[in-house]
Amino acid sequence: MNSTKKSFLISKSSFIMILYIAFLMIPIYWLLNMSFKTNTEILSQFSLFPQNFTFHNYYIIFTDPSWYWGYINSMAYVSINVVISLAVALPAAYAFSRYTFLGDKHLFFWLLTNRMAPPAVFALPFFQLYSSVGLFDTYWAVALAHTLFNVPLSVWILEGFMRGVPKEIDETAYVDGYSFFKFFRKIFIPLIASGIGVTAFFCFMFSWVELLLSRTLTSVDAKSIAATMTRTVSATGIDWGVLAAAGILTIVPGALVIYFVRNHIAKGFALGRV
Amino acid sequence: MNKTVNQKAWFLVLPVFILVAFSAVIPLMTVVNYSVQDTFGNNIFTWVGLEWFEEIIHSERMHDALGRQFLFTSIIMAIEMPLGIFIALHMPKKGFWASVCLVLISLPLLVPWNVVGTIWQIFGRSDIGLLGHTLTSMGIDYNYSQDILSAWSTIIVMDVWHWTSLVVLLSYAGLQSIPSAYYQAAKIDQASRWSVFRYIELPKMRGVLLIAALLRFMDSFMIYTEPFVLTGGGPGNSTTFLSIDLVNMALGQFDLGPASAYSIMYFLVILLVSWVFFTVMTNIDKGGKA
Repeated sequence: MNSTKKSFLISKSSFIMILYIAFLMIPIYWLLNMSFKTNTEILSQFSLFPQNFTFHNYYIIFTDPSWYWGYINSMAYVSINVVISLAVALPAAYAFSRYTFLGDKHLFFWLLTNRMAPPAVFALPFFQLYSSVGLFDTYWAVALAHTLFNVPLSVWILEGFMRGVPKEIDETAYVDGYSFFKFFRKIFIPLIASGIGVTAFFCFMFSWVELLLSRTLTSVDAKSIAATMTRTVSATGIDWGVLAAAGILTIVPGALVIYFVRNHIAKGFALGRV
Repeated sequence: MNKTVNQKAWFLVLPVFILVAFSAVIPLMTVVNYSVQDTFGNNIFTWVGLEWFEEIIHSERMHDALGRQFLFTSIIMAIEMPLGIFIALHMPKKGFWASVCLVLISLPLLVPWNVVGTIWQIFGRSDIGLLGHTLTSMGIDYNYSQDILSAWSTIIVMDVWHWTSLVVLLSYAGLQSIPSAYYQAAKIDQASRWSVFRYIELPKMRGVLLIAALLRFMDSFMIYTEPFVLTGGGPGNSTTFLSIDLVNMALGQFDLGPASAYSIMYFLVILLVSWVFFTVMTNIDKGGKA
């Protein structure tokens, strides 16, 4: 009797959590709701649910090249960025976690300063730099520009994970006759696999959500989905339904992978320092 | 962990060094270069010394944008930090619901920044948005594209929506690392809920909270996309923060000299504050773990 009664009561903590999560979810729900409505319905009547449920907005995005190429372009530079960031950050993070060397602390702080650099400061010089080397409007320009904040972030997160691996493992491997590269590939990388996963996730995310640099460095061929969305807004009138559908589709990739990193996400945001 | 001295480790750091030098130092030098020169087109530059810096330091435009920026950053930090800690204290500690909460709470952090703007743009419109419609039908005069107060409150609520979860996640991780023995000891001493928070939880969360504050300061200080999409800096200039102002100056008007001087001072302010945070943070790392 007592236990059944208890399950009907909502504790204060749950109440607060429900309130907070509702606050987070309602705006997203509203976007989802709009994405299933026709434009006439959006503008003519106000309703909490789509009255004439339609996939038309999604159909437009999946059939119009100027829309779906936005997604492909974004995916392309984000992937390049993740690969570059991880490739250079792995050895560096290992060095920072294992050795003391001349200027290591200064270098570490200097890396962090790049995470603090406002993209607005870099937009113009990047535009000139990549135009002068002929990379403007290519995936490489955006991918390289995003390493500005993703490489420091990767080094920091990976260093945090590597610090957790006891140094004795390295030493034992060397005694057993492993070369540095063989040790790194066969033993060390599997040990910090979750750290690498989390780092990749964060690089993906920060490159995916960024607008200013990707918009400045592309015009047609490599135009990102974020830029496509803002430019459509300023064009002839606003197609709210399609805009909402496009927004929902940009949230999907993050939402799909977040489940896998849920236990490490705080560590990632804390730059590996929790 | 005691580290060994090994200068060869520089070879491992070299790729990062070269890459970051390419993507940070070269652009930064370009900016420094422009900031001390004037041009009349045709790639002819003349040395003007610190003229641009003097002009920018005395310009009302920069003062206003800087003032708005500090106001915005203080307001959102004053809301997000306590709210984040408060929510983290009420998160389920473990089990299925803890996972559900973690995933749902993290969701706003993964929304592309321009989509955050779009979401609130739609949500706040009085003709088609739930928030705008509700407020208007309650008789509140709300219009974020015309009214300064509405614009500011929408941007602040939007930022709270977007980033409070970061503070929640970090505080939650900090709370999880407190051994249960601490709580048992507090129970024996019959400590009140407040003193448990004040003397056990808060000191243990100090490190992560500092990181949260550092990140929130940095990111809110360079906010661009969300207000750009939502209000475009308006009505008037009332929500033109430093980044928006700078982009207008650099890419809109192409005033290279003043824009570069602006950039450098902007960056220096961020660096200065972050350096203070960083120093405190590393000191805590040293003292806290001993």
